[in-house]
Amino acid sequence: MSQAAASTESAGFPERTFGDVMLKVDNVSVSFGAVRALIEVSFDIREREILAIIGPNGAGKTSMLNCINGFYHPSDGTITFKGEERRDMKPHLAAVQGIARTFQNVALFHGMTTLDNLMTGRNLKMKTNFLLQALHIGPARKEELEHRDFVEHIIEFLEIEAIRKIPVGRLPYGMQKRVELGRALAAEPDLLLLDEPMAGMNIEEKEDMCRFVLDVNDEFGTTIALIEHDMGVVMDISDRVVVLDYGRKIAEGTPDEVRSNSAVIEAYLGVSHD
Amino acid sequence: MIYREAGQIKTSYAADQAIFPITQDRWFIGAMLIIAFIMIPLVGNEYFFQAIMIPVLIYSLAAIGLNILTGYCGQVSLGTGGFMAVGAVSCYKLMTGFPELNLIVVLLLSGFVTAAVGMIFGIPSLRIKGFYLAVATLAAQFFLSWLFNKVPWFVNYTPSGTITAPPREVLGVIMTGPYATSLSRYFFCLIVVCVFALLAKNMARGSVGRAWMAIRDMDIAAQLIGFRPFQVKLLAFSISSFYIGVAGAMMFALWLGAVETAEAFDINLSFQVLFMVIIGGLGSIAGSFMGAAFIVLMPILLTNVMVGGMGMQAVTAKHIEIIIFGSLIILTLIIEPNGMARLWQIAKEKLRLWPFPH
Amino acid sequence: MEVLNDNILAPLIDMGTYPEFFAEVVIGGLMTGVMYSLVALGFVLIFKASGVFNFAQGVLALFAALTLVGLMTGTVPVSLGTMGYTMSPFLAVPLTCVVMVGLAYLIERVVLRPLVNQEPIILFMSTIGLAFVLEGFGDILWGSTVKPLDIGIPSGNFEWQGIQFQVFEIWAAVTAAILVTVLAIFFQKTRIGRALRAVADDHQAALSVGVPLKNIWIIVWSVSGVVALVAGIMWGSKSGVQFSLSLIALKALPVLILGGFTSVPGAIVGGLIIGVGEKVAEVYWGPLIGGAIENWFAYMVALVFLLFRPQGLFGEKIIERV
Repeated sequence: MSQAAASTESAGFPERTFGDVMLKVDNVSVSFGAVRALIEVSFDIREREILAIIGPNGAGKTSMLNCINGFYHPSDGTITFKGEERRDMKPHLAAVQGIARTFQNVALFHGMTTLDNLMTGRNLKMKTNFLLQALHIGPARKEELEHRDFVEHIIEFLEIEAIRKIPVGRLPYGMQKRVELGRALAAEPDLLLLDEPMAGMNIEEKEDMCRFVLDVNDEFGTTIALIEHDMGVVMDISDRVVVLDYGRKIAEGTPDEVRSNSAVIEAYLGVSHD
Repeated sequence: MIYREAGQIKTSYAADQAIFPITQDRWFIGAMLIIAFIMIPLVGNEYFFQAIMIPVLIYSLAAIGLNILTGYCGQVSLGTGGFMAVGAVSCYKLMTGFPELNLIVVLLLSGFVTAAVGMIFGIPSLRIKGFYLAVATLAAQFFLSWLFNKVPWFVNYTPSGTITAPPREVLGVIMTGPYATSLSRYFFCLIVVCVFALLAKNMARGSVGRAWMAIRDMDIAAQLIGFRPFQVKLLAFSISSFYIGVAGAMMFALWLGAVETAEAFDINLSFQVLFMVIIGGLGSIAGSFMGAAFIVLMPILLTNVMVGGMGMQAVTAKHIEIIIFGSLIILTLIIEPNGMARLWQIAKEKLRLWPFPH
Repeated sequence: MEVLNDNILAPLIDMGTYPEFFAEVVIGGLMTGVMYSLVALGFVLIFKASGVFNFAQGVLALFAALTLVGLMTGTVPVSLGTMGYTMSPFLAVPLTCVVMVGLAYLIERVVLRPLVNQEPIILFMSTIGLAFVLEGFGDILWGSTVKPLDIGIPSGNFEWQGIQFQVFEIWAAVTAAILVTVLAIFFQKTRIGRALRAVADDHQAALSVGVPLKNIWIIVWSVSGVVALVAGIMWGSKSGVQFSLSLIALKALPVLILGGFTSVPGAIVGGLIIGVGEKVAEVYWGPLIGGAIENWFAYMVALVFLLFRPQGLFGEKIIERV
């Protein structure tokens, strides 16, 4: 994978440009009773950036994503998304504002097919009420077909045509993760949160996922924040890295900067990735 | 070789999303409709309609209603009997209070009333998860049973507590009351149930149905995608109560003609409908029909075998029937939690490959 | 104003004017509450250890009581008549316990193990099926007539401070208290108790430290069965062993909502509150609206609780993790 990155640079691709700050995490702390999951963490993410959040297990990475999602409410500090500050937010509002996410333990809807799972990602864009759907005429029918069309593009993009009609519970793990990514993409998010999207995958699957992540960022300009343990992936595809340990941020910067940061090496016991 | 998908290429999403995309399925449904609309009326007799076809249709409607709530949305309800009672009593009050109202309008209004009542009981409990709804619906069951029994206004102050459906016509054919023929009642039920089943199926495969299933499967993830669990569950509960209310009204006006609410709509009915949904298949409209047919036909079959064939006492046969049903529930859940509908699907899949084994 | 006076004030005044009667009603309610608590206790045990909401708990109590009566009166199953002997309760009760353990084993083998990975709603529905099976078997084996049960708990009443007490009910309360204490000690101090608490917390973790899940479930259902037996004995001695017992046991569900699904003290407190509340409502307000409030009062209270405190008085607030 480092070869791919190297070849890109040497081929003289344009320098990556980023927009304004899309998400600003300011001094956020979260505790559950006596357990302090996050302690005064601050960082930001700019538009079109790919930010990796890394750290040993239990560092608070998933808690951070949960805060951004509105699933956890910070006890201190603020989170500002697209200029709007919010702290106590209902979880579904994150989706409304344009944040989509995948989960560590694949949270797909097991009773439904791949296609249906992806269609649920379009839920917020579907406006017709249940009565029209019951009659399946006019606006309801049109809307269903429109969204089906959009979802098919995602299916094509992720190369999952063959498993469209299979209930996701029966799919292998790597495929499920891909479907989950598809569901997140179906929502056309501004900010995509990926919680260990490569976990449990073999080399080929990882390469595919990396390709998808990079393509999403490239083609749609989606800002991406991902939690990842595979250092090779982190170093190769992220623009910046934030390192958490025991709930605190201990480093932030480009992959190279972070790699050589002594605090990070201490916390992590550097993993060789060459 | 007979039943296969090969060669049936869909050229549009619309075709792919049709209710019965496979041609053979369409023939099958067509055949079923012909049997239901033409053949049965030709060969059926009074007993057949009154004891089998009409109850199967009405129970199917109730089962579809419960399936929407429990099968698609994953919320257990034990109050179906009580809500059917609401439908029946509303129907009675409307029929006696507003004699000029069309029967169809009365049925629909009964459904709305039941949906409203359902919302009252649902609102407190849909905000939390687990079996709380089961307890709330039990509350509804017992309270409503008591209410219709104790408050004479509901039965128009009839001393016996029994409500009787006055005669009404639809399109010139008399449908309720002592002179309505079982054939006309059968047709009416058949049409109503087919329409409602179609509506339910459309909802189930639209975004509404997906929302229900998302909440059922993983409501945290559903929330983070943008679904609002409370609204989704409440909608399921309302639509479900509507269907169940209409079924209750039909049970009163078009099947039994006269009911004593505490007896006819007790907690056993709630269990019966729940069993229909479980055995027929959670989350399947077709399964609701299968489950209803099963629950109606099985006791008849068992009684004939046990009392008629083996000379058992009726009481003992009833007890054995209870055991068999309980065991069937457990077996269904162990072997095929998706019930008869799934077994049917598996059979179809095997047919697709026939004569090859796999 | 008159409506208010008649319906709300008058009963309250009544309570104050005849405090001894009020006390008796309350005590009667407490006693019923103890019965509810016993059934709820069985629920809590099973739910704590296996996450299964056992709808059949009431029927278990009934089945236990039926078996006990059958053994004591020497009735042969399938109502073929008596065998002509009677068994002393000192032998019959332990024997019934053995039967309940056997039943627990059967349930674990036939119902729980095949369903081990399924969602809670599926397990819950299977216990509904179980309730039906047990009820049917009870009917067939022992018949559906009401059977008196007398294991020698003293009866009679006495008076204290102008209030009538029933000896039987004191015995019931004391038995319940002893049972709860024994269970509390069992859970906190013994190795098996610790294992049960581990399983209640996290199946996987418990498995990984070598706790045998299968045996745990058999133990829990057996203990629950014995608790059900005690409940069945209490109810049966008071009003005869009959099938309405299983319906009454459904009232344990509101008790659980009040007390919290996972709390033993909650089951006790909840049961007492429901018992007293029901009785008082029935006696003082029942006549005003036609009586038989007891049918639904408990459930309505539970409904109100669901609005404001769904986890009950003592239950744990569920923390969701993603």
